[in-house]
Amino acid sequence: MDKIPILRMGSYLLVTIQVDLYDRLALNLEADLVQMVQKTSAKGVLIDISAVSIVDSFMGRIIGNIAGMCKILDSETVVVGMQPAVAITLIELGLPLKGVHTALDVEKGMALLKSMIDETNYDDDDDYEGADDLILE
Amino acid sequence: MRVPMTLSLSKDTVLVEKEQDVVFLKNRVKEVAVKIKMGLVNQTRLLTAASELVRNMMRYANGGKCHIEVVSSGRVNGVRLTFIDRGPGIPDIAAAMRDGFSTGKSLGLGLPGTKRLVNEFDIKSKVGEGTTVTILKWANG
Amino acid sequence: MLQKKKKTILELWMKNQLADEGLREDLISNDELRSQSEELVDSLVGNLSLESSIDVDSDAWSPVVEILGGIAITRARQGFSPRETGNFIFSLKEALLEVLQQEFAGDLQTLFTESLKINRIMDALSVVTFETFIKGREEVILRQTDEIAEISTPVIRVWNGILALPIIGTLDSARTQIVMENLLQEIVETGSSIAILDISGVPAVDSLVAQHLIKTVSATRLMGAECIISGIRPEIAQTVVHLGIDLSNIITKASLASALAHAFKVMRLEVRKVGTVQK
Repeated sequence: MDKIPILRMGSYLLVTIQVDLYDRLALNLEADLVQMVQKTSAKGVLIDISAVSIVDSFMGRIIGNIAGMCKILDSETVVVGMQPAVAITLIELGLPLKGVHTALDVEKGMALLKSMIDETNYDDDDDYEGADDLILE
Repeated sequence: MRVPMTLSLSKDTVLVEKEQDVVFLKNRVKEVAVKIKMGLVNQTRLLTAASELVRNMMRYANGGKCHIEVVSSGRVNGVRLTFIDRGPGIPDIAAAMRDGFSTGKSLGLGLPGTKRLVNEFDIKSKVGEGTTVTILKWANG
Repeated sequence: MLQKKKKTILELWMKNQLADEGLREDLISNDELRSQSEELVDSLVGNLSLESSIDVDSDAWSPVVEILGGIAITRARQGFSPRETGNFIFSLKEALLEVLQQEFAGDLQTLFTESLKINRIMDALSVVTFETFIKGREEVILRQTDEIAEISTPVIRVWNGILALPIIGTLDSARTQIVMENLLQEIVETGSSIAILDISGVPAVDSLVAQHLIKTVSATRLMGAECIISGIRPEIAQTVVHLGIDLSNIITKASLASALAHAFKVMRLEVRKVGTVQK
C-alpha cells in the first residue's frame, strides 16, 4: 500500500495515518494532499497521527511542508493526536514543528479549524467554543 | 563476580539494502528493546535515532549493515546499534555534528538530533572508505 | 579430612554466632540461621576438600560465591549492619581455624600452611560478601530514589480540562523526564487542553532547569495543549533575567491562582459570586 486515503468532509480534508510512515508513503501523501486541497478548494486539513509511533526528522519535515504548502493554497492545517513519546522525541531531535497548529484529538482539532476559518472569513469568533488557538512558535 | 563496563549479551546483524530492509531493521530493534523492558519513551527515542541513521546510510551510501546488540552494565541492560557502511565517508565530522548542517537536502538535524536521543554516540568516518556510527540506549536512561 | 569434620565446623560456627552479642534474633530465626550456615558450610567444605585452586574468582568457586552472595544480599535488604554481616563470615573463619588447630596440633608446619590457605580463601570470600552486601544496599537506595521520584510528581486535575503539576525540589534532567512523561500521559488520558506547571517548590532555576521547563512546554504544545508555568518567585525572576534566559515564548504567571484565572479565560469560563448578575 503506497497511499494514505484522504477523506473529504464538506470544506475540510481528513487524513488518518494508521501505519508508521516510511519515506515514500510520506512523500506520496504530501503530493496527494496538496493536489486534493487545490482540486476541492478545501478550507482546512486535519491530519490525525494518533496511531503513528515514530516521527523522525524526515517525516517531521513532511508535516511542516504540508502545512506550509496548504497555507499558500489558503487552507489551514491542524495535526492532532500526537503521542507523548513522539512529542518528547521531536523536541529532543530539535524539531518543534514551527507554524503547525496542533490539537489533542479530532474533535478539538475540528473545532480549532472551524474557529480559524471563521475568524478569517467574518472576523467574528462568537461561536468559538473551548478550542485553544495554538500556534507553535 | 567482576563485571566489565558493558557486557555484550547477544548480537545480531541485519543487512540493509532495500527499503523493505529498513522496516525489518526497525522491527528487530523494537523487538529487542521490548525484550529488555525498555520504557515506551526510550523505545521511541531509540527507534527514531535508528530511523535517522538508517536513512543516512541509504541516502549517502546505498545501504550497509547494522549490528544489534543487547548490552549490560551489570545493573541495567541497554541496546547498542552499530551502523556500518562503505559509502563516501564524511570529510568534516565536526561540521556534520552541528545543528542545521547538511550536504544533502535535509534539515541537518539527523546526526546532532540523534546524539541528543541516545546515551552514547560515536562516529568514525574515513573519506572514500565509509562511516561507522555506534549508538547506545539504556533501558532506563 | 575437613569433610568428616563438617559437623564439628558447623557446630562451632553456630556456637560462635549464637554467642555473639550482635545476634539479631529479631531479623532472623535461629533455625533459619542454621540452615543458611549449613548450606554454606556444605558447599565450602566440598570445595576445600577438592584441593582445587584457592582463587575464589575461578569457576570451581562460583557455587560458594553464589550462596554467599545470596546471603549477603538478603541481609542487606533485611537491614543487617555491616558489622553483623562481617561477623557472620569471620566467625566461620574462626571455626575453621579452630578445627585445623585441633587436627594438626602435633604438626606445626602443616597447621601453618593449611591455616594460611584457609585465611586467604576466607579473606577473599569476605571481600565478596562485602561487595555483594554493599550492592544490595545500593539497590535499596536506588529503589527508594525511584519511589521518591514517583511520589513527588503528582498530576492534579484542578478542573475539567485543566491539569496542575506542582514541582517540589530540584529539577534535574532525570526528574524532568518523569515530570514530562507523567504530564503528557495525563493530558492524553484526561483530554485536558491546559496544563499548569507550578514551580513554587523549586529552590533555584538556572539555565539548565529553564531548558528543561522549555522542553516540557514545547512537547505539551506539540501534543496540542497549552502549558503555563506558575509560582515564579521574585528571586527566580531576577536570576532568569540576569542569566539571560529567554522565557518570552512561554506563558508565565506569578501564582497558581493567576495561572488558573488565565486558564479559565482561555476556556471561556467565569467564576462569579452567587447572586451577582452577569453584565
